[in-house]
Amino acid sequence: MLKIAACLVLTLLLACSSDEPESNLPDNHNHGVYMLIDTSGTYTQQLQKAQQVISVTLSKLYPGDTFAIARIDSGSFSEKDIIAKVTFDDRPSVTNHQKRMFQERVTEFAKTVQPAKHTDITGGILQAVEFLKEKNPRKKTILIFSDLQEDLKSGYVRDVALDMKGINVVALNVIKLDTDNFDPKRYLTRVEDWQSRVEASGGIWKVTNDMDQLEKIF
Amino acid sequence: MSFPEIFLIGNSPVVSGIIWFVVVVIFLYMARDSAHYAIRSFSRVLHSAFRLASKALVPVEKKLALRNREVLLADGREASERVMEREFERITATVKKELADTPALQRRIQEEITRLEDDYKQSTEVPPSPPGWVNAVDAVAKIPAKGDPVVVDILEDIHESLVKAHNNTTEEYRQSRKERHQLLRNMMPGWRKVLQVMETVDKNVTSLLERAKVIDRCMEDYEQILNGTDRAVRNLSSSSLNHFFISSFVLAIAIGGALINFHLIAAPMSEMVGGHARVWDFRIADIAALVIILVEVTMGLFLMETLRITRLFPVIGALKDTMRIRMMWVTFSILLMLATVEAGLAYMRELLMQDQLATSALLRGEAEGASQAGFTWITTVAQMGMGFILPFALTFVAIPLETFVQSLRTVLGVAGVGLIKVLSFTLRLLGNIFYYMGSTMIHLYDLSVFAPMWLERQIKGQKNAPRPVLSKDRRKVDPPELVKEAS
Repeated sequence: MLKIAACLVLTLLLACSSDEPESNLPDNHNHGVYMLIDTSGTYTQQLQKAQQVISVTLSKLYPGDTFAIARIDSGSFSEKDIIAKVTFDDRPSVTNHQKRMFQERVTEFAKTVQPAKHTDITGGILQAVEFLKEKNPRKKTILIFSDLQEDLKSGYVRDVALDMKGINVVALNVIKLDTDNFDPKRYLTRVEDWQSRVEASGGIWKVTNDMDQLEKIF
Repeated sequence: MSFPEIFLIGNSPVVSGIIWFVVVVIFLYMARDSAHYAIRSFSRVLHSAFRLASKALVPVEKKLALRNREVLLADGREASERVMEREFERITATVKKELADTPALQRRIQEEITRLEDDYKQSTEVPPSPPGWVNAVDAVAKIPAKGDPVVVDILEDIHESLVKAHNNTTEEYRQSRKERHQLLRNMMPGWRKVLQVMETVDKNVTSLLERAKVIDRCMEDYEQILNGTDRAVRNLSSSSLNHFFISSFVLAIAIGGALINFHLIAAPMSEMVGGHARVWDFRIADIAALVIILVEVTMGLFLMETLRITRLFPVIGALKDTMRIRMMWVTFSILLMLATVEAGLAYMRELLMQDQLATSALLRGEAEGASQAGFTWITTVAQMGMGFILPFALTFVAIPLETFVQSLRTVLGVAGVGLIKVLSFTLRLLGNIFYYMGSTMIHLYDLSVFAPMWLERQIKGQKNAPRPVLSKDRRKVDPPELVKEAS
């Protein structure tokens, strides 16, 4: 009887343990979201919509999830562009508090933001991929709140292979530029280029311009 | 040369086909006996195997049925003994409580009867005796006076006295009669008291008689169980099935209660043990909530055991009384603490929900606290009440659980016997199917070689034709050699 009990306990412990170090294992049910907000040129006027997207995202995240917001400016491959980041605590009450603080920080940023002269979307995506790989949640999502019109500053090299295996990339509020109205192919080509780039890197691409559809992503 | 060309004889595929058909039929005809033998053997192998398997299940079924019967009778005997023990305890209590007053009641009845007798005697009418001097007056009246005025005066005086005495006597008679009637009237409460006492005695005796009838019925059932009669087995079986369904229903309700309890405390448990940590695929907060509920159910089981309401753990029933009572208080205390903790968790759940609502409102851009309704205190109190009461309600799950466990054995036994019977029948059926399939295959084989067989019959004549004949025993198909020998 004792031997059987010992075997059962051992089996239980073995089942609970794992050979892999904990840092390499994804958290089984966590969600990591990295949002890139385009703050270049006239797109800064869309910031209020971005705040709505942030509020919806915050309401859909739970204890243990990770959320970070970074701006897309002239050089986005930098931690300094991260406006706010948080990994929600295990306790729901603390999570609620963190959400409130997060929103306050975003509101403050929205009041003080200045438009950037260039748009480095690739740099922002690279930074997002690095961040999500480090956090290693089960589900990884990159939200790109931008018109997807990249405009790199001279000297910035962004011809880099992206490794986006298993990452969902959602482009939000891809508004049409004035030039797109003259030639809609420019818009379609722009979106298709990003799609093929993301999918070639192993990512899953989606475009959503209807904010009501955003909840379905989560 | 391709594969179809190998089989082409001449240039016409039709001619080749006919030739090959004839060749195949001739070969089949030549191999007929062997083929029959092979098919027959194969079908008999399968038939025998399945029938053997079916027969092997018969003793298993009988053994299981016997075992079921033994277990059922043993359980029934135990239950019957418990019921009778309880009935005897009730009768003892009734005798002690109600019949202990019988001597006092008897004395009261005796006293009342004595008083009534006395009153009755006093109320008896005694006719007034005539006065003794009447004879003297009669004698004086008979004196031959012949108009003597003295005698007349004396007689008149005597007349007056007589009238006075008559009036006095009448008055006395009326008075005594009044007293007698009063005595009789005063007897009424006495009769009523006697009647009440008699009714009380009658009620006590009736209750005893009813209990005695119940015990008689129990004894009759017990005797039947001891004798192992079929009737007893049938009754026990059907009552066991009833108990199974009723206890299943009650357990289902208890599981519903446990689920509600779980949802009440799972969310606040995440504040205590973490919201996203998991073991396998289960949140630790959910596991912790489930463990609390299971501990409450366990404490309830132990409480019922220490109170001797259930008998799932004989070890607890066999403890000394002092130890058992201590254990009872300990389990009750733990249950009370857990119920209090649950009430607190239920309150925390409400706070967390309100915090969550406030945060959602803030994220939506609404003013914080604007959406709070005035009646939220009702849900808070209700949740706390449920959190406190549900653990105690779950305590009683021990009773249907015991019944379920005991009746499950019977149900599984009956189901097992039924399953074995069905399996046995299916195997026998399959065996027969394979047997008759063998016969069918033989006939189909003969159908494919009908032409040479017909020719053979024509050449050799009807009598010597090697026709297959079904023997009187329809299970056998006699080979042609045996038919020839017989004819």
